[in-house]
Amino acid sequence: MGITMWSRLRSPWLLHFNTGGCNGCDIEVLAALTPRYDLERFGCLLKGSPRHADVMVVTGPVTRQVRDRLIRVYEQMPEPKFVVAVGACACSGGVFRGCYNVYPGLDAVLPVDAYIPGCPPKPEAIINGVAALLAKLGGKL
Amino acid sequence: MSFSSSYERFFDIPIGPQHPALKEPILLRLIVEGEHVVAADVDVSYTHRGVERAMQERNYIQNIYLAERICGICNVAHTLCYCQNIEGLYDVEIPSRALYIRVLVEELARIHSHLLWLGVAAHEIGFDTLFMYIWRDRERVMDLIEEITGNRVTSAINTIGGVRRDIKPETCDRCLKAMDYLEERIKYYKKVCEIDPTVIARCAGVGILKPKDAIRLCAVGPTLRASNIKNDVRADDPYAVHDEVPFNVIVYDTNDTLARVLVRIDEMLESINMVRYCIEHMPSGPVRVRLKLSPPVGEHLSRVEAPRGELIHYVKSNGTEKPERYKVRTPTFGNIPALCEMLTSKGDYVVNIADVPIAFASIDPCLSCTARVVMLDREKEKLWVGSLDRLRRWRGWG
Repeated sequence: MGITMWSRLRSPWLLHFNTGGCNGCDIEVLAALTPRYDLERFGCLLKGSPRHADVMVVTGPVTRQVRDRLIRVYEQMPEPKFVVAVGACACSGGVFRGCYNVYPGLDAVLPVDAYIPGCPPKPEAIINGVAALLAKLGGKL
Repeated sequence: MSFSSSYERFFDIPIGPQHPALKEPILLRLIVEGEHVVAADVDVSYTHRGVERAMQERNYIQNIYLAERICGICNVAHTLCYCQNIEGLYDVEIPSRALYIRVLVEELARIHSHLLWLGVAAHEIGFDTLFMYIWRDRERVMDLIEEITGNRVTSAINTIGGVRRDIKPETCDRCLKAMDYLEERIKYYKKVCEIDPTVIARCAGVGILKPKDAIRLCAVGPTLRASNIKNDVRADDPYAVHDEVPFNVIVYDTNDTLARVLVRIDEMLESINMVRYCIEHMPSGPVRVRLKLSPPVGEHLSRVEAPRGELIHYVKSNGTEKPERYKVRTPTFGNIPALCEMLTSKGDYVVNIADVPIAFASIDPCLSCTARVVMLDREKEKLWVGSLDRLRRWRGWG
């Protein structure tokens, strides 16, 4: 394992993008980063700019209005980049599946590397999902 | 190329829909002259999901869970408002114990929402230590909500005709213990916000909303109460058992962001007392009445004081198992015009670009709540989103 890969696995920086969700998943993603759950012990850090991020964490159903911006933000991220769909809405559209303004899941718009189901998923589930993604990266790359 | 010493040019700064200072997709357009914001416009269309239309496609029971997901943070207020609305169509008496449990969970959700907001506000002013402390204490409330309802965030406790779960005596004991802990912590945070130079420097005098502007622009909730106007649906138009549970409507008269911080902290202390009262005075009995799936023909409007302000739901029933029309008016939508007022420099009152995040956060924006309009022209096959300005000058389609 080269030093680039070693550092990539030990400090995946996250970009959080809410594509029109109900905030339920967003507060659980934030809760996962705060003292009780402390996702930062895996080296994860929430970043504001897509140009600094390795992993895009997407919450909420993808609305038609936000789609172009989502793709633009994704394209701004440097390679290699990974996408995590958090919550039922990002995985499949959730309760909003079938609404006229909503895509049936994030994978209709972007390639997704990890799905974390739940409405909203508990912080433990989010940590498990991120850890699974890191394990997958370690084996794959 | 020469630079003028006085700022003669206006710049247009778009912020969002994805931005480090924003947790949600929103487009904030600021017109600035140097450091000063002279005009602000907001586009809240990015979270438009078509909830009202979806409600017409689903039956009344499915709609409880859809109403809950209008907003994940004030989900209890949304289901409460929805269920009261449908119960209003049936005209039934809801068991008293169910109403007490509703108020109990509603107030716990208010504490969780206000703590969440206080943490985010601390983060917006760069005080991340306070943010982490507050979110650690917030987990105590989340544990209680999980124990009472079975889920941390989307609680699904309210249902048409009552509540889905009864509360156990040992849960009540743990709840009282957690309330003692939280009261001590929240009093400490109040002291921090009153004396800490960082908080005062960033919040006092920022985001001024004068009482007459607050009334003119129809602000709601803590934003309105921080402008010294005593208005609270729980006191003005009591629903559930709010006419029995005593509480004070908190107002502050400094009209700024610091007042909004203190209003929310004091409201949490009131909520703690309301939770205690509910547990001590909870009557015994059933927690739910069973109702038919299709309510009678009619219409009903219900109001609830959500953590962010007055929430209005309207339903029109045609006697089938699906509503004919459902309308939701959420508190953040009511606060957007007031927000634009806060972000505009006028006379002596100056808004710096650095004050925008905290002034924006001070209305506790929850955009997923917010209603929007998407217009579709079928003949020209064109789709566009209506801006606030366009809606104000409404002359019809196209």
